[in-house]
Amino acid sequence: MEASFYHAKTRYPGIFGWIFTTDHKRVGLLYLFSTLSFFAVGVSLGLTMRLELIRSGMHFYSAQTYNAIFTLHGVIMIFLFIIPGIPSSLGNFIMPLQIGARDVAFPKINILSWGLFIMGGAIAVTSLFTGGGPPDTGWTFYVPYSIRTGTNISLAVFGVFLIGLSSTLTGMNFLTTIHRLRAPGMTWKRMTLFTWSIYATSWIQLLATPVLAITLLLIIIERNFGVGFFDPAKGGDPILFEHMFWIYSHPAVYIMILPAMGTVTDIIPVFTRRNIFGYSFIAASSLAIAFVGYLVWGHHMFTSGMSDTARIIFSLLTFIVAVPSGIKVFNWIASLYKGSIRMNAPLLYTLAFIFLFSIGGLTGLVQGALATAVHVHGTYFIVGHFHYVMFGGAGFGFFAGLHYWFPKITGKLYEEHLAKLACFFLFIGFNMLYFSMFVLGWEGMPRRYYDYLPRFNGPNLVATIGSWILAMGLIIMFYNLIHSLFAGNKAGDNPWEAASLEWQTTSPPPVENFATQPVVTKGPYEFR
Amino acid sequence: MEENASHHVATKTFVFVWIALLCLTGLTIKAAQMQMGEWSMVANIAIASVKASLVLWFFMHLKYEKRLFKLLLFVPIMTISIIIVLTFFDIWYR
Ligand code: HEM
Ligand SMILES: [Cu+2]
Repeated sequence: MEASFYHAKTRYPGIFGWIFTTDHKRVGLLYLFSTLSFFAVGVSLGLTMRLELIRSGMHFYSAQTYNAIFTLHGVIMIFLFIIPGIPSSLGNFIMPLQIGARDVAFPKINILSWGLFIMGGAIAVTSLFTGGGPPDTGWTFYVPYSIRTGTNISLAVFGVFLIGLSSTLTGMNFLTTIHRLRAPGMTWKRMTLFTWSIYATSWIQLLATPVLAITLLLIIIERNFGVGFFDPAKGGDPILFEHMFWIYSHPAVYIMILPAMGTVTDIIPVFTRRNIFGYSFIAASSLAIAFVGYLVWGHHMFTSGMSDTARIIFSLLTFIVAVPSGIKVFNWIASLYKGSIRMNAPLLYTLAFIFLFSIGGLTGLVQGALATAVHVHGTYFIVGHFHYVMFGGAGFGFFAGLHYWFPKITGKLYEEHLAKLACFFLFIGFNMLYFSMFVLGWEGMPRRYYDYLPRFNGPNLVATIGSWILAMGLIIMFYNLIHSLFAGNKAGDNPWEAASLEWQTTSPPPVENFATQPVVTKGPYEFR
Repeated sequence: MEENASHHVATKTFVFVWIALLCLTGLTIKAAQMQMGEWSMVANIAIASVKASLVLWFFMHLKYEKRLFKLLLFVPIMTISIIIVLTFFDIWYR
């Protein structure tokens, strides 16, 4: 037995063995640690916002502070947590193992991506304390406000630019890896559906992120030189910004959700002991989502002053993009049928994922339909919706994956009872917190305000109490994982008796993953 | 890769492509003078696309690449084209 990669000799000593590593597993863990740290900050900010909103009236945040806080919360959660979240951490660690590669195609670019990510994050944080103070535009940086505000937009936007570059490089790296480095016998139809989802995601990262980069640079140019790209007085078009921003940011929501979908698709067969239902449909729907996802961005702009023709076309296309997601949900449910179900924590989180994602997806259709979208635009309905898909979907998928691959990554087992208890708290707290927002939004409470009319008091109180229950769940979950990292029982190489390739080597794996070159002879979900 | 390196392209081909590019540049200038209103945008994008394709196909040796490689380039280019077309449904019908 070879020693695990934790104990292998590295080129540089100590901490430098990590930050200058080229081992995809170490890079994955660096990402895991950094994204989860950002997540903790983002959650804390969210909790303080909920505290401010517990009752109508101003408590401790002024209007300006509140604007800065929700901007920071949004930027952190989107760019520093959920977009890099699954692909860069679990994707980096697991995907090469799943295809039987010794590393990614460009190991040095891999660590460069992480470096750029950290630099971008550091610059974004610096923007809070320098120049005109913390940005207050919301994570969307809409013009004309982002051009006019005196806060430190340029620096923050440049930080996000670097993070985007890092994301693009990761996408390119993974695409090349999946095309070129599969083990003998690892045909496309023998790849896990997690790897398929990472493949589809990487295409979006590679092709959509440059659009964001251009858009952000245009803001910087506008702020410093006033060229007038978005200024009608100078022949520009203010809606151009929204177009460009959402041409990236809609595909980006699929960067968030696709890897989570892939994660749960890998979990379901293992804990139902049967082959996944509809392998090809799930793989194809990932690609379909990646493609159609490019064509629906206009649904974020129904009230922007865009032409009616465009509004109708984008509404129609939005309904089409719901189809591949629906295909996945039905296939997951069908895969549970007649399985011998083992209700372990990964499956429990997966079921929570399916439930929450379905609510998020269906309320998305409310916003995709032109007439109802106009009614709920700019209200808490939207805030409820995107937390359901991003947190209930991508976030819970991430948690499911963390538990599922925890033994693979650490060689230890977490405490099963605690994991389930945490899931229970998370699920209850989550629904109290965010379902209230649907009610509030439907009744007309606008988003991005530090205060509201007294008639909205009831559901807001429920939401704030829910946020504490949710926080309890997070604390239990991370306590369990961190504690088990040091004190957990030994897991053995393949505690779940999974069939896919990443479990066929030692847990944790040795430096170049497999002691001998693996040869693949069967599909990833064939247990007999 | 190997097939690519050993492939020899006649200088004549390059010269022809170059002349074609020059003609198309002339056409762009002509089109700009024709006062076609909103269609001048279409004309410009069409000519530019033909030029870019020529460069990709011959100068950048796309012609001699594998089918997969062509496909991997073609699909994103189609996607970005559709994206551009979609934006016109906004600005033309406002
Ligand atoms: C305990 C966890 C969380 C709490 C309590 C929370 C709470 C909130 C609140 C109160 C708002 C502001 C609503 C407004 O005034 O318009 C908000 C906005 C937002 N949240 Fe969260 N949130 C949490 C987790 C997350 C997660 C996990 C994500 C993403 C994965 C996320 C993404 C966002 C985004 C993108 C915004 C919009 C910011 C903007 O309007 O620019 N949040 N959240
Ligand atoms: Cu969208």
